[in-house]
Amino acid sequence: MNDNNNNENIVLPNGSDLVLSVSPHVSNRDNTRGIMLKVVLALVPAMIAGVWFFGLDALRVILLTAAFTVLAEALWCAMLKKPVKANVFDGSALVTGVLLACNLPSAAPWWVCLIGAFIAIWLGKQIFGGLGRNPFNPALVARVALLIALPAIMTTWPTPHNDAETSATPLGIVGTTTKITGHSQAARQNFQTVDNSSSLKEYFIGNRGGCLGETSAIALLIGGLALIAMKLIKWQVPVCFIGTVAVITGATHLLAPGVTPGPLFHVMTGGLLLGAFFMATDMVTSPISTRGCVFFAIGCGVITSVIRIWGNYPEGVSFSILLMNALVPLIDRWCLARPFGYTVKREKA
Amino acid sequence: MYIMIITAAVMMALLGLALGMIIGGVARLFRVETDPRIELVTELLPGANCGGCGKAGCSDFAKSVVSGENPPSRCPVSGAEQVAAIARALGIDAGQSFPMKAVVRCGGDTRQSTRLATYNGVIDCAAASLVAGGPKGCAYGCLGMGSCAHVCPFGAIEIVNNLAIIHAEICVGCGKCVTACPRGVIKLVPADATVHVYCNSPQKGVAKKQVCKVGCIGCRKCERALPDKFKVTGFLAEVNYSSAPTAEEAGAVGCPAGCLLEEQRHLEIETHDPDWSPDK
Amino acid sequence: MKESLFTFKGGIHPQNDGKELSRNAAIKPAPLLERYFVTISQNAGKPPKPVVAPGDLVKKYQLIAAADGFVSANLHAPTSGKVKGIVEVPGAMGLAVPAIEIEADGCDETVEPLPLLDWQNLDAKTLLDRIAACGVVGMGGAAFPSHVKLSPPPDAKIDTVILNGAECEPYLTADHRLMLEHPTDVLEGAAIIGHILGVKKVVIAVEVNKPDAIKTLSDSAQKYGVEIAPLKVQYPQGSEKQLIMAISGRQVPSGGLPMHAGCVVQNVGTAAAIRAAVIDGRPLIERVTTVTGEVVKHPGNWLLRIGTPVIEAVKLAGGVTAEPGKLILGGPMMGFAEKSFKVPVAKNTSGILLLPHETAVNYESGNCLRCGRCVEGCPMKLAPALLCTAIEGGRYDLAADNHVMDCLECGSCSYNCPAHRPIVQYIRRAKAEIRKKAKR
Repeated sequence: MNDNNNNENIVLPNGSDLVLSVSPHVSNRDNTRGIMLKVVLALVPAMIAGVWFFGLDALRVILLTAAFTVLAEALWCAMLKKPVKANVFDGSALVTGVLLACNLPSAAPWWVCLIGAFIAIWLGKQIFGGLGRNPFNPALVARVALLIALPAIMTTWPTPHNDAETSATPLGIVGTTTKITGHSQAARQNFQTVDNSSSLKEYFIGNRGGCLGETSAIALLIGGLALIAMKLIKWQVPVCFIGTVAVITGATHLLAPGVTPGPLFHVMTGGLLLGAFFMATDMVTSPISTRGCVFFAIGCGVITSVIRIWGNYPEGVSFSILLMNALVPLIDRWCLARPFGYTVKREKA
Repeated sequence: MYIMIITAAVMMALLGLALGMIIGGVARLFRVETDPRIELVTELLPGANCGGCGKAGCSDFAKSVVSGENPPSRCPVSGAEQVAAIARALGIDAGQSFPMKAVVRCGGDTRQSTRLATYNGVIDCAAASLVAGGPKGCAYGCLGMGSCAHVCPFGAIEIVNNLAIIHAEICVGCGKCVTACPRGVIKLVPADATVHVYCNSPQKGVAKKQVCKVGCIGCRKCERALPDKFKVTGFLAEVNYSSAPTAEEAGAVGCPAGCLLEEQRHLEIETHDPDWSPDK
Repeated sequence: MKESLFTFKGGIHPQNDGKELSRNAAIKPAPLLERYFVTISQNAGKPPKPVVAPGDLVKKYQLIAAADGFVSANLHAPTSGKVKGIVEVPGAMGLAVPAIEIEADGCDETVEPLPLLDWQNLDAKTLLDRIAACGVVGMGGAAFPSHVKLSPPPDAKIDTVILNGAECEPYLTADHRLMLEHPTDVLEGAAIIGHILGVKKVVIAVEVNKPDAIKTLSDSAQKYGVEIAPLKVQYPQGSEKQLIMAISGRQVPSGGLPMHAGCVVQNVGTAAAIRAAVIDGRPLIERVTTVTGEVVKHPGNWLLRIGTPVIEAVKLAGGVTAEPGKLILGGPMMGFAEKSFKVPVAKNTSGILLLPHETAVNYESGNCLRCGRCVEGCPMKLAPALLCTAIEGGRYDLAADNHVMDCLECGSCSYNCPAHRPIVQYIRRAKAEIRKKAKR
């Protein structure tokens, strides 16, 4: 190339457009909004299953809750003069809304969705300083608050494909049984009615009573595996959570079959899969290191099993995750890796 | 029914009594002797915990006053009356107090000074000065990201047009902003001085003019007019605060660069006079 | 094959390494300029003292500033001409710095060259003196005087010399081209370093994204008693501590130096400069620099003289296709953003990078999501997210307890951060604050 010929049309920069920032000057193109939207996408199979089994009522609850959470976020930001657009469009409120909807029975009236949305966003998240600062999973805070405040509505489960009727959840049946008969031989007979191969098959596809997003094991697995494949969640969390529940309930069932049904029943009923894949893995409220996440997930599993087998509530996933959320700062402190250069002593050179 | 209520109430009362006695006993057993005067002085101090005295906070300062390490007047926040009250309470000499205030010696707001680049990062002067020295053309002027305003315990600093401005009537001269400023633009001056040179750059006049319209060009006009009140070193004029000039005197000098200003006028220019320029 | 590659734990894999822009551009000599601005402080440690006065006539390779103490480096004239004086120019760190302005006379006359050295039969002292006389400094980035690095205390047990040819920074190809086009310079330099330190094991570590360079070096490596180690492509493979880990499996203890792990690490460019100093008696006055970026018309690699203003280097590359949004000296991961095109090239300027406007603004003030990607990416196994939150709240003590001072500032955390937080800036802020406190 002849430099002299090129000299005519050399355009030199004038430095009028320079930006100063600290290194690094490149980044991978991922951003907060992308992560949030991917989580919502991963929940789509579960939502479709919910609508399939519980009808348009489920769709109504999902849309209402999502709309109300976004509204709550926008209202809070407007009230506190925070940038509304940036906060609403980061998608975190939408994730909370969809997750909360998945944790509601499809028969939930509109005002329950409204109250839940505001509890989730205002009391669960924004009061601590917004996204990233909340110690507890906002959707779970709302679910538990509603469960305690409005137990009747929150435990009225429509029967799949028939929203006129209601039915108990499998875990509910087990809970009631043990309450009446105690952990006995009689209870064992009753467990058979919900814990058998044909009913397990139904649970796997989602044909059972429960919150609209938690019933279909297959849909949740699809979404959860997608999240793992996209590296949005650490696989250790669902594996350890579900594994711990399976081990504890399995061992108990083996030693005393009258105390609790088998491990497969426990894994596929209640909100375990939803909790393990979508809520215990919440980035904000789970430990930051992988090692910490393992302890966190095992803790969730232990608490869930204990509540399910011996507790007053038939289901303990939400409580277990919230309780472990509270321990996250401690776990973070204990589980920090030893930095590079600290495993060797500095020899005198 | 009533029995149950009464039993519960009695139980609670007894429990409270027992625990109270334990606490009382422990408090007596492990009592730490403190000088009651320290508490007295702490109460008389303003309680701003600003650290302007050089101590960790007001109670730490109270300790040093009681021990005789510092005179009460070392507290920059307390007025003469409060200092006198402390001195009276302790029966000691109040000591001489020189009320100070802080001045941001820079007039280079967005209108007057150039920025060579857009800054993208943490909004904090010290952090910004780590990125190629900050976006401002002048390497000595105020970066205007409010690190000083952030640390000011009294809310005396306002950021206008990317320039820190200290409201003299609120400032007590604790000096927190002086240490917070990464460029050393802020200086403590006697509180009764009203005229300041709003420039901190020792650069040559030509270099300064390229980046700022109101930088001191070192013309020595002020020094020639009032040699005992101004001193020009290199290209930077400074006010001799031991014999501070009055507003009238400063006005009579007629600084051509527009950096020698009376305090209130400076505030007015920044807050209310968007069209001001040193040429007018 | 894959398992045999050397690497370390942590780090990132940049999606767009940008090297294809200048990878195939051969090193071109730069034409003589009218004016050079040789900044005086070009080395880590004490800046040298100028030994020329305005009006002096100097020749190429003539000493213009002499080392002031042991940890300092000589400066030499990049060409023959007249010293105009000591002027202020914008420095790489943003503040104005003093520089010796030399007006070229166009003759490019050199001084009497230093005698050629038969290094194999000379002791370390003589060679080190020559390296010091020629003002060789680390050309990878830190610009630490080479003669200091090559004089470890007598009780240090050095058994490995590692030449850093990883060039893990995206976009940069200067070292790549140097190894490819001048393999014997690098290899002979490596052998000289080994000879000085009396070390048998001399390794040149190269990332496998430069297969041609690995092949060329391997072809004659045996002759010089040098090994070539292929490295996995992973950032920051070229960081001293990570490189030592990858090659020798040893950890440099916290706060320690490479010699505490029995290693000495030098950049391949430095090795070539050492060879030039020892064998040819040529002081360090020029270096290979990559001028690249999406908005540069003809990205490539040039042999630039020290003191060349950046704008002249951009002119060599045919100017720009659009107004750049960012000017970076060094690579995009650890380089410094500049606010002026008048910054002169220094001994450690490995790259001049012009990024387009679209990618210039890369930080948002989003909250930390605690996603843990920074923890995964940290080659020092720190927890940047927790450090960052602590520093944001002014808790420098907490950051210090969590080993903030061990941070390399490699930027892997910020690169990974979905909230685009300026983590490195927070960490630098904390380091500055902690150092300030330690001084008091």
